[in-house]
Amino acid sequence: MASAQGNPTRMELTRQKKKLVTALRGHKLLKDKRDELMRQFLDLVRENMALRRRVEAGIRAANRNFVIARAGMSEESLGTALIAPKQEVYLEVTRKNVMSVEIPVFACRTRTPDKNDIYSYGFAFTSDDLDDAVKSLADILPDMLRLAEVEKSCQLMAAEIEKTRRRVNALEHVIIPQTQANIRYISMKLDENERGAQIRLMKVKNILFL
Amino acid sequence: MYKIAVMGAYDSIYGFAALGLYTFPVSDTREGERLLRRLLENDYAVIYITEALAASLAQKLSRYREQVLPAIIQLPGVSGNTGAGAAGVKKSVRQAIGSDILFGNDEREGESIP
Repeated sequence: MASAQGNPTRMELTRQKKKLVTALRGHKLLKDKRDELMRQFLDLVRENMALRRRVEAGIRAANRNFVIARAGMSEESLGTALIAPKQEVYLEVTRKNVMSVEIPVFACRTRTPDKNDIYSYGFAFTSDDLDDAVKSLADILPDMLRLAEVEKSCQLMAAEIEKTRRRVNALEHVIIPQTQANIRYISMKLDENERGAQIRLMKVKNILFL
Repeated sequence: MYKIAVMGAYDSIYGFAALGLYTFPVSDTREGERLLRRLLENDYAVIYITEALAASLAQKLSRYREQVLPAIIQLPGVSGNTGAGAAGVKKSVRQAIGSDILFGNDEREGESIP
């Protein structure tokens, strides 16, 4: 595959050799990066799936509780009970760098210091099923936040791994073989020229001394 | 300081209000798109969205997959689990590895996690 790029000159040969060295080093580094990313990704994605199953099961249970709560109360009183939440959740977002992938880290802040301050209603006009329902939902909130963090990280890392894998493959299967072929082609050509020059000299010498 | 939003059908999300998350009940796609745009302009780090609504906004959501913020997370609604959330995780696996070797063929949940 001696593609016709470049003249078969010594300068081009040096350039191609340099390119090969860089490509080889880049390939090795990117491959290491890919492997490490992959290792972390696998751990993370397993956690992601486990969390998701837990959260989904928790939400299913909470929804069931809410349906029961709703059945025991009028629509209006339920609406009133939840209309003015007491608690507010804020997130502080910092970013962590994992193998050059920026992933978010969430830290949860609540407005009132008491985490159990979730019942935004007096207990006189609501059924106790509603308390259970709200409690069951509050219990899975930490898991939900962790899920958000992990799932986002998985998505970001997956994208980065895909990119890195493409780069590794491009280097391994295109750039490196091409450069090697070029080097071979140029050095063959140079050798051939040298032999040509040698023979020409010998011929000239013969002619001169005849 | 970032906030957390929950969007979806009212029946699926009204409980989250008690926890201190910001709930935004929407029912149809148009309204959902408009709301999503509004949420993205404001400081929401996490947007929980019901699977049913996410399905109709899939194209819009896929654009935010590779941004650091916001994290858009699908949750099952009151009508049941469609498996779209788990499918999203599998999608990540497929994207990273090339094929889903981890969660393989178990479409239902609870089975083989290696």
